[in-house]
Amino acid sequence: MASKLTQSNSAGWAFALPGFGLIALFIVVPFFFAFGLSLTNQRLVSPNPTEFVGLANYKNLLGVGMITLEPERNDAGEILRGQDGEIQYPRVRNYTRKNPDYPHLDGMREWFRWSSGDNAKVVLAKDVVFVKALKNTLTFVVIVAPLQASLALLLALLINQKLRGINVFRTIYFMPVVISIVVVSLLWRFIYSGDNGLLNNILGALTFGLFEPVDWLGQPSTALGAIIAMSIWQAVGFHMVIWLSGLQTISPVLYEAARIEGSSAWQTFKYVTWPGLRNTAVLILIVITMQAFAIFAQIDVMTSGGPLDSTQTLVFQAVERGYGKQDISGGSVISVILFLIVLSISLIQRWLTREKN
Amino acid sequence: MANLSLQNLQKSYGSAHVIKGVDIEIADGEFTVFVGPSGCGKSTLLRMIAGLEDISGGDLYIGDRQVNEVQPKERGIAMVFQSYAIFPHMTVRENIGFGLTIEGVKKDEWNERVNEAARILQMEHLLDRRPSQLSGGQRQRVAIGRAIVRKPAVFLFDEPLSNLDAALRMDMRMEIGKLHKQLDATMIYVTHDQVEAMTLADKIVVLKDGKVMQIGAPMELYHKPANLFVARFIGSPAMNLLDVTVAESTATGHIVQNGSLDPVEIATDTQAKPGDKLILGIRPQYLDPSHDPSAGKLHGTVSITERLGTETILDLTLTDGSKLVAALPEDAIFKPEETVSLTFDPARAHLFQPEDA
Ligand SMILES: Nc1ncnc2c1ncn2[C@@H]1O[C@H](COP(=O)(O)OP(=O)(O)OP(=O)(O)O)[C@@H](O)[C@H]1O
Ligand SMILES: [Mg+2]
Repeated sequence: MASKLTQSNSAGWAFALPGFGLIALFIVVPFFFAFGLSLTNQRLVSPNPTEFVGLANYKNLLGVGMITLEPERNDAGEILRGQDGEIQYPRVRNYTRKNPDYPHLDGMREWFRWSSGDNAKVVLAKDVVFVKALKNTLTFVVIVAPLQASLALLLALLINQKLRGINVFRTIYFMPVVISIVVVSLLWRFIYSGDNGLLNNILGALTFGLFEPVDWLGQPSTALGAIIAMSIWQAVGFHMVIWLSGLQTISPVLYEAARIEGSSAWQTFKYVTWPGLRNTAVLILIVITMQAFAIFAQIDVMTSGGPLDSTQTLVFQAVERGYGKQDISGGSVISVILFLIVLSISLIQRWLTREKN
Repeated sequence: MANLSLQNLQKSYGSAHVIKGVDIEIADGEFTVFVGPSGCGKSTLLRMIAGLEDISGGDLYIGDRQVNEVQPKERGIAMVFQSYAIFPHMTVRENIGFGLTIEGVKKDEWNERVNEAARILQMEHLLDRRPSQLSGGQRQRVAIGRAIVRKPAVFLFDEPLSNLDAALRMDMRMEIGKLHKQLDATMIYVTHDQVEAMTLADKIVVLKDGKVMQIGAPMELYHKPANLFVARFIGSPAMNLLDVTVAESTATGHIVQNGSLDPVEIATDTQAKPGDKLILGIRPQYLDPSHDPSAGKLHGTVSITERLGTETILDLTLTDGSKLVAALPEDAIFKPEETVSLTFDPARAHLFQPEDA
């Protein structure tokens, strides 16, 4: 079959060639390049020759460690406290800067800490920005995937009714999907703006001025949440359409059968709709997960990873390092790690949602 | 009590009147069949009874209760659909027990009733299969099981056998007949197959273009069709219809004749005066061909002899060029092109007004 195709259908292959060529050039080749470059110290522009460094880049990125800090005590053994009564601990850098007793912590920085009794447990990371980006991305995915999927399903169910003017709603919900994400992000920067943003104004009006304006994108506690909300809103229409196509594959006569049996709305959903949407659900979960892992544009336009790295994400870091800091190998490492994460999550999802028999 | 009363029932979709005032009385325990050509409104009428379609006008009573606005489940009905409408992701057991699940019936009773239904339909060995592992007939049996498990007062069947092959259709037809006797429930059965109608029904309702053409017991429709439409529709092979002219009117009927028919007196209450055109109907079974060209009143030649084993069908061309079919109970030898005459009992013949277009 294949040999016959390649021999007798040269015109067809000629037509396919530009497409194949572009895909190879911009997707397949870079994919393997990323693997290769991640094992070197390649920079975007550099006078020095490229060296093979093995897995050193990965170690630098993924290295984490932990130390337990005991309180500083005076000669009598009492715990030293600061002006506000907080316990005084030795500085972390004492352990991480060329301390021969702790070679494995060398070069690490503090990521976060918590106290356990009088002691403080400190988690260290070789690359704090990267681990923050990793954590933010995972947070983003874990919140966006279920929320966006269920919200999209809800919209699809609402829109899958025979009502006059329902197409208007379909259009409205789908509109954010067709608008460029950059434009959407810019708009939402105004909405979230601290001094005169739409969101603050609305909340102020709803609470008769009691609401204190918040700089949504300007503080670490709200920035990621704000981006999550906006991202869910932006792509929900896309997944709504996929749900909708799934809903329309369910035979209407099944709904009639359920109605005859006296099935309530919830029972109908549980026994007819949801089982009929199984395959759609798998598709949507995988697509949302992959899209969520790739979050970039919103970050780039709205926060550039700030404030205080609270909205760093993997792809943003990959771009930032590869092009911002001209550290192509560093960016490649992140890309490869992201690829492995998404691959394993997709495989797990497929396994979990497999057809059981 | 589950007698039904349809009183001037009407249905329109916008300006399209689909059911144009239907009056039917159905007694408790009666097996009623709606027949009619495709698009005559059988399904619509049934679905109005089920509560799947709104009633645009008239009254529907089930028992003593007017149920125009009552939800399907409150009507005490169960419905079997042409396309089975069984839930693909549920086992046969779950499908049969669906109505009980919806009702929230306790596990013990649930099992008992599902097993009972499975026993009645002789499908206990199939209970753990999925619909995809069943044949068409078995699927339809599951659908019937789902209907009987709730012990409804009225069963509605919408062409339940039309997706089955001929042999299976006959088996299932007999089973449905048996089921009716066993359950002693009121059943309404839609079909466009007049054989199904004749064999199953206590009462047949013939519909055309949303209007009732005749209601009666199968043999009543067979022997006393009220109009040309019913005459054509009921019986196989179809009734012969000959254009005749009234030669003379008598106290009890008319003497009619045409180019191939010698004058014959037919008792009727159809109104006509001499010179009027009427249509004479004779069932093929009541024609008796003879080798003697002058023995009978109808004259023609044999075109084709079809010997089916149980009966022999003669296609004849009459002397005025019109076609005639005769069905003989046993093997009879008539050669093609043979000139024959046919006798018939005038009491078995019918006179109809020619239909106005
Ligand atoms: N939703 C609808 N809107 C408009 N007209 C409809 C609708 N549903 C059915 N009809 C019309 O109503 C008429 C009766 O339809 P119905 O389905 O009852 O026919 P039927 O007798 O069951 O035919 P069949 O034997 O083919 O099933 C048809 O002419 C059909 O076009
Ligand atoms: Mg129909």
